[in-house]
Amino acid sequence: MLQYWIAYRTLAGREIHRFLRIWPQTLLPPLVTTSLYFLIFGALMGPRIGPMGGVHYMDYIVPGIVLMAVINHSYANVVSSFFSAKFQRHIEEVLIAPMPSWVILAGYVTGGMFRGLLIGAMVLGVALLFTHPHISHPALAVVMAVLTSLLFSLAGLINATFANSFDDISIVPNFILTPLVYLGGVFYSVKLLPPTWHTLSLFNPILYMINAFRFGFLGIADVAVDTAFLLVGAMIMGLGGIAWWLLHRGVGIKH
Amino acid sequence: MSALKLRNLRKIYGNGFEALKGIDLTVGEGDFFALLGPNGAGKSTTIGIVTSLVRKSSGTVEVCGHDLDRDWVLAKRCLGLVPQEINFNQFEKVGNIVLNQAGFYGVPRRAARKRMETVLRQLELWDRRNQVSRYLSGGMKRRLMIARALVHSPRLLILDEPTAGVDLEVRRSMWDFLRRLNGEGTTIILTTHYLEEAEQLCRNVAIIDHGRIVESTSMSRLLDKLEYSEYFLDLRHPSSRVPDIAGYRIEALDDHTWSVAVPRQSGLNELFNALSGHGIEVVNLRPRSNRLEQLFLQRVRGSGDLERVA
Repeated sequence: MLQYWIAYRTLAGREIHRFLRIWPQTLLPPLVTTSLYFLIFGALMGPRIGPMGGVHYMDYIVPGIVLMAVINHSYANVVSSFFSAKFQRHIEEVLIAPMPSWVILAGYVTGGMFRGLLIGAMVLGVALLFTHPHISHPALAVVMAVLTSLLFSLAGLINATFANSFDDISIVPNFILTPLVYLGGVFYSVKLLPPTWHTLSLFNPILYMINAFRFGFLGIADVAVDTAFLLVGAMIMGLGGIAWWLLHRGVGIKH
Repeated sequence: MSALKLRNLRKIYGNGFEALKGIDLTVGEGDFFALLGPNGAGKSTTIGIVTSLVRKSSGTVEVCGHDLDRDWVLAKRCLGLVPQEINFNQFEKVGNIVLNQAGFYGVPRRAARKRMETVLRQLELWDRRNQVSRYLSGGMKRRLMIARALVHSPRLLILDEPTAGVDLEVRRSMWDFLRRLNGEGTTIILTTHYLEEAEQLCRNVAIIDHGRIVESTSMSRLLDKLEYSEYFLDLRHPSSRVPDIAGYRIEALDDHTWSVAVPRQSGLNELFNALSGHGIEVVNLRPRSNRLEQLFLQRVRGSGDLERVA
């Protein structure tokens, strides 16, 4: 097991080092983007929109924007890193080594989680420049952020195993992930939606994650928090199993 | 014990192409072994299966006595690969590439650092350890892949076209390094298009064609099978009249240069005596082609695939 631990630590370390080395591409842009969100939607438009869910609008959007950063960057890190490893063929470095599939999976996912959670923490730091929300259940918020980053790191790896071109790794983030995040209640309560749209929104899994995370911050949510945890747990089990199987079978990486 | 044992190894790709049709091959421990074959013969597929980069359809692979299916951790630990194409992260530093590979094999960090220094010094890359790998020259990139393959001290090193595209000086220095490595006990399997390289380095050889081993023997026995050797003769005085000398096939290339095929059982002395008898003075003799190359062509010629031979 010591051998596996060393291999895991090496791969996870390499993944973390990779995105830290290219920080102008990986860490700086989300800080600029989210600062604009807080400035425009929170500070400028927020007072005109008024309170939402019983709290100031600026406070309301903070959890959603933080978790949006966690989701996007956990996914982006693994999908781009794993696909680049396939593209440059240095994925062969780990395939030839005596590393079980679960160690390879854990190494890549750790890199994605580390980046997602680091950027989430940095975005929260930016938010604190604009507001100081009272955090109701910090442990619950942290656990949901960790589980969400794990889930989307797994999803990024699955996307990368099937991808054959750089187009293939941008389709899911641009055309699936971004709409689901924006329609998942980052900027509004789904209770404000007409019944049909409200019902449709309940099929969006990201809605549950954002609301559970918001509950951890503000103590308010549009959905049942325990349902959110069950859903995220089940999705992690499902995607984790698929990702392990894909690596074990060598789908997309072995002939 | 054998370093590598393949039994009835078969590979059928998803498109139905049968790349390996039941290969049996044994490479002894400490051997310097050449695996030769035309493009598309199945060399890379064989190496891919042994190194876990390609899934086999059936058959067994044993590396240093460990079955690759059952004892895959032990089997993989014994194995190092220098692939044909550059396959390291071109944005990573030289030292980190080697150090990380040691980590993937479970070598503790402190030991890995020492080992990294050793292999980078051996391959004259220590001064480049902090350089981003994409800025290395072609020869340095090849040497980096050798250093990376050796960092976990494998007992069996497989090199797939290791000197492709490198200049003569680098190739010769690589040959010296590989000879030293083999002398220290590392088994080496080499695929190469430079048949002179195989003849210079390897003690045993297998020729693979159409997914089958068509020859597996020692290099000396294989070369004994050569029926004739071809040479260029440089003449002191111009002559276009080619004498008819029994047993030798002579052809004039120009007034000063002839080509001659010398049968294995005949000697050069008889040839020179006969030429002197015809008043022809030879000032220089050069081998027309590499001996192994002639044999290789003979072996694959039967399959009508000369156009595939690079």
